[in-house]
Amino acid sequence: MVQASLDGILLGILFALIAYGMALQWGVMNIINIAQGDLVILGGYIAYTMYLAGIHPAWGVIVSPIIMFFVGWALYKLVINKVVDRDLFISILATFGIAIIFQQLMNFIFGADVVVAQSEYGTTMLFDNSVTLPNSKIFSAVVSILYAIALVIYMKKSRLGRAIRATAQNARAAKILGVDTEKVYAATFGINAALCGIAGALIAITLTLHPYVGLPYTVRSFMIVIVAGLGNLPAVAISGMGLGLFEEFADYILGTEFRIGAVFMLLVFILVYRRFKLSKKREYLK
Amino acid sequence: MDKVKQKDLILYSGLIILGLAAPFLFPGFKVQLTILCVLIVLAMTWNLQGGEMGYNTFGNILFYGLGMYLTASVQVGMFFPLAEWTESGGEKTFVHTTSQYFQGMGVGLLVAALVPTIIAGAIGYAILGLRGHYFAICTLGLGIAAGEIAGGIEIIGAGQGFTTPPFPKDIVDPGARGDFFYFLSFVLLIGTFVFIKWIYGSRFKLILNAIRDNEDKAEAMGIQTMKYKIVGWMVSAFFAGLAGGIMGGLIGYIDSTDVAFDGREMGVFMVLMAILGGKGTLWGPVIGATLFHFLKEGFWTLILGWQYVALGVLIVVIVIYFPEGLMGWLREKYPERFGEVIDEKDRKAQVELK
Repeated sequence: MVQASLDGILLGILFALIAYGMALQWGVMNIINIAQGDLVILGGYIAYTMYLAGIHPAWGVIVSPIIMFFVGWALYKLVINKVVDRDLFISILATFGIAIIFQQLMNFIFGADVVVAQSEYGTTMLFDNSVTLPNSKIFSAVVSILYAIALVIYMKKSRLGRAIRATAQNARAAKILGVDTEKVYAATFGINAALCGIAGALIAITLTLHPYVGLPYTVRSFMIVIVAGLGNLPAVAISGMGLGLFEEFADYILGTEFRIGAVFMLLVFILVYRRFKLSKKREYLK
Repeated sequence: MDKVKQKDLILYSGLIILGLAAPFLFPGFKVQLTILCVLIVLAMTWNLQGGEMGYNTFGNILFYGLGMYLTASVQVGMFFPLAEWTESGGEKTFVHTTSQYFQGMGVGLLVAALVPTIIAGAIGYAILGLRGHYFAICTLGLGIAAGEIAGGIEIIGAGQGFTTPPFPKDIVDPGARGDFFYFLSFVLLIGTFVFIKWIYGSRFKLILNAIRDNEDKAEAMGIQTMKYKIVGWMVSAFFAGLAGGIMGGLIGYIDSTDVAFDGREMGVFMVLMAILGGKGTLWGPVIGATLFHFLKEGFWTLILGWQYVALGVLIVVIVIYFPEGLMGWLREKYPERFGEVIDEKDRKAQVELK
């Protein structure tokens, strides 16, 4: 039990990082990115490539976000800028298409095997060796928290961060006041992709990578965002950990084969619960 | 008016004759034609939600997959112990006789039509209260969860898959299997088309459109929108379940995530086909599915290995550049053909007013 709780919390911090990127782009650009999870996996493969090249994969948490930022930027310029102002369903479908492309390209380049980048950090034993805690998981949690703090400070203090927040509040007003919203959108998407890159690199060390496991990460981050709300970082962190806990316990109680199923069912239950709660006030999820 | 009806009659009878003759004209493509029928059915039923009701669902794959599993399970379970069947991988120990096969198939399809319909009705109240993208994501989750859960259940084969009963060996004619499935799917296609055409001429379709255009206003006008949404979803579930049942028998092998609850392929295909043809029209999904199937079969072999990349690009391009689809484009170009009468007098009067 302690094992599952600890794993869950450490995993949850990672999910929260991805969800923060999701909340960022959702709040600023009003798009839902189904390819979020695939960006994560791509970031992971960058770290894995470094590992294959003989560099310690932990450096991936610095290299991968830089590369992913440009991937995100390019993606925005190619596709996303055409769906920003349109119906949300169009963004869902378009990013679904991107997700399929990414999955397949990763399948070509990196193969369809489950891979993991060995960090060789060893494990820590707790409570008379009853609980094993890989140091890589602690490392990933610490890195995620550091990056999250850095991002929050950046969003508060820097010029671009302010521009992003202004655009999120009111894109038109921001535009009138001289904010280059197009650039802000591109930067937002780039930052989101960079966050995915960090998370991916950490997943490469702590968990496993496979070209087709992106979608569960998308759903997890979506779930965290709808529970926590847009732009509420502490809530994102808490619900991220909550999800991590839920998942570890689902794994522990139901068995590993139902883990992903449990995540998706939780999504359905959360949405349905919110729907019934709101319908009492004759409102609906917006 | 009579002239139009006559034209319709010629068109429909022509299509039916073409459909009946198709397996004999192109005997090598029977399986493809069967899949085409199933695809059209799926696109049309998706269109009922996505096009007419404005509820973009990814979850119709749930009914399709359920139908597939149910048909096969009933077909086996009626005569043999299901658990042993899946364990042995089918065929080796148990053999269906001809009558058992068809009886099982018939009952299986019946169950495959009814159970998804009931499930759609049962979960409809909870799920259809969601709107817009929440509905889309929720149904996406539902479809994938179903696949993952089915992949964990032992009695229906879990991860190894489920071999559906093989076509009875007593029937020696080698073309019989193809003919059987083709005509089964063709009958389903006609049934679906007739039913949806009937819906198109009814008040029901107008109510669905009212829901799409503004649900709150529709409710304010006294329409019990929830009731109609659920019925609409049940109609889709009915036909999608049947389509899944036929497809399961045709493929002969059910895998939880790659065949039945195949959100990555079939689940996206049905959305794409309806959008390609033009959602919210009767003929759009039919044309879209046909075009898509031809494109797919044509290019799939040419670009071996790159199919999914092409599929992804296709999705992005269609969604971004042709969200109205073929019919939408035609409608813009030739509005008269769609019965949108442009009153010249009215137009002139408006011009003069300015």
